[in-house]
Amino acid sequence: MIALLLRDIRLAMRAGGGFGLGLAFFLIVCTLVPFAIGPQPDLLARVAPGVLWLGALLACLLSLDRMLALDWEDGSLDLLATAPLPLEAVVLIKALAHWLTTGLPLVLAAPVLGVLLNLPVEGYGWLVLSLAVGTPALSIIGGFGAALTVGLKRGGLLLSLLVLPLYVPTLIFGAELARRGAEAQPTTTPLLMLAGITAGCLALLPLASAAALRVNLR
Amino acid sequence: MSLWDYANPKKFLTTSEKVMPALWVVSIAGMVIGLVWGFFFTPDDFRQGSTVKIIYLHVPSALMAINAWLMMLVASLIWIVRRHHVSALAARAAAPVGVTMTLIALVTGAIWGQPMWGTWWAWDPRLTSFLILFLFYLGYIALWEAIEDPDTAADLTSVLCLVGSVFAILSRYAVNFWNQGLHQGSSVFRAAAVAGTDTEEKVSNIFFAPLLVCMISFALFFIVLVLYRTGTEIRARRARALMARERAQA
Amino acid sequence: MTGLSISDLAVLRGGVPVLEGISFTLEPGQAVILRGPNGIGKTTLLRTIAGLQPPLAGTVSGAEDRIAYAAHADGIKPTLSVTENLTFWASVFGGQDIAPAIAAFRLEALAQRPAGALSAGQKRRLGLARMLVTGRPIWLFDEPTVSLDREAVGWFADAVRTHLAGGGMALLATHIDLGLDGQVLDLAPFKAVLDHLDDFDEAFL
Repeated sequence: MIALLLRDIRLAMRAGGGFGLGLAFFLIVCTLVPFAIGPQPDLLARVAPGVLWLGALLACLLSLDRMLALDWEDGSLDLLATAPLPLEAVVLIKALAHWLTTGLPLVLAAPVLGVLLNLPVEGYGWLVLSLAVGTPALSIIGGFGAALTVGLKRGGLLLSLLVLPLYVPTLIFGAELARRGAEAQPTTTPLLMLAGITAGCLALLPLASAAALRVNLR
Repeated sequence: MSLWDYANPKKFLTTSEKVMPALWVVSIAGMVIGLVWGFFFTPDDFRQGSTVKIIYLHVPSALMAINAWLMMLVASLIWIVRRHHVSALAARAAAPVGVTMTLIALVTGAIWGQPMWGTWWAWDPRLTSFLILFLFYLGYIALWEAIEDPDTAADLTSVLCLVGSVFAILSRYAVNFWNQGLHQGSSVFRAAAVAGTDTEEKVSNIFFAPLLVCMISFALFFIVLVLYRTGTEIRARRARALMARERAQA
Repeated sequence: MTGLSISDLAVLRGGVPVLEGISFTLEPGQAVILRGPNGIGKTTLLRTIAGLQPPLAGTVSGAEDRIAYAAHADGIKPTLSVTENLTFWASVFGGQDIAPAIAAFRLEALAQRPAGALSAGQKRRLGLARMLVTGRPIWLFDEPTVSLDREAVGWFADAVRTHLAGGGMALLATHIDLGLDGQVLDLAPFKAVLDHLDDFDEAFL
């Protein structure tokens, strides 16, 4: 299992797309927002938590179709399916590798981009916490979408169409947590809900993803 | 004879063809009667005026939008557990009907919202949930369309339907938490319980009777559409299987 | 160690039965070579035995967690070196030593090269070397000698012979005579005969 995780991380780093692309995309989104809505500091401060969350979510989405499709094309998935590792573990590890190479850098970069968007001081800790708790769910849900669309030639767009509605609860609670944190309001409920969603996804979605993958492998 | 006998495509086709003509007549007649009754033979509401009458389209279609998804969920479960092809095809057949119902509910809601709330669209929890439901339908239909092999498509869409249902419920709660809205509560069935008291939040008896007719005939209309479309899907599937055999024999 | 036994197997491709009534057993030390024209269903049969797709009828016993499958695609990552590729598969399958595999396919000189820089035949050698590091007793090969030169075919045959001598088993779909003494199974007689369709049956087959 560790071997698979290490291989995926190594591949993401060597291929050059993993770390860099998602981060650059996140930066560009956060740069474009003030152009679109205007530079007023108070307006930016108000939308900052939501924009940062949305940017992180879209950046996560960007690399989802590579999560399983590359292994599908070169036949690695067939071989992994006959390996001692259960497919549930394979998809979970792949989601974890995706999070480590995409989600985690976004979490770490978010405070820097928060400065650009004039995020209030109280908000930084909550922003990082909300992203740290929420982005693993994005990777796992994305893994489910990738498993559904892995056999399709142009699965990328369909993948977005399938995954984005599933992102709604995570986005709502994550952005709400960051917003409440920035406005110094009570944060317990959204934090617990967000953590609950991530825990639920972690426990249950790999079963569905592995089922979808088995269907696609036949 | 058990219910599962209808899972045989041939049995399903012969039986559904027998009941469909009557269902077409009853459901369409019911809709015409219910809508005409509702639109022209009920008094205007003292507060909402004639705008309230859109309820005769809005509530039944909203009801069927949700029930269609529930039916797809049940059909998907039956496919996963018992592998009856008719069940998977019925789920496929129901989705476009469900998405149309959702669209009608959204549009009539917007038309109703304009005079009532002064806006075509508000990010009210109920409206938002329906919009999300609409997106789920789109994804489900797109997945069916994208996959070549029918059994693979049936399996994957069933898994999506299951997971999607869980996330749809989660979204409903999340949206409620996110914005407590303008929309009136589900007033229809409370009205049935407290019949005759024409307080402002409840739908009173005089409005309720034609609404009930509309809801029942919408449900029947949904059933007959799904039966009809399932029949079409079965024949298309059959034609596909025959062509695949020809290729295999050649 | 027990063998692999296939009894009355029928397999599907794209929802249509392609082969039926296949029965054979593979005892330790034996090889079976599958023959048959293109499109008869050799790949489908191998995938079914590998457990990647369910059979229409019949049983495969003795395959669970004991097979290693070499498909058309090699499962090689172009950005990883030859050693890294092999080490990865070795650790997924339980940590065998990769040195014998590298030696068997004469990959020593290429060991540090990124797999993306290998020729088609060298990639194939790497893909086949992967079978050695799995430590699995039953090897399934789907056209293993594609793009191999004559010398490399000899190395491959040697590797399989060594595996068989050690009590392993091999099932090969190939048209090349490898000089292996195994039974040859011609699949042509097992082509599925589709019964006449007059009943509107449940399975749409």
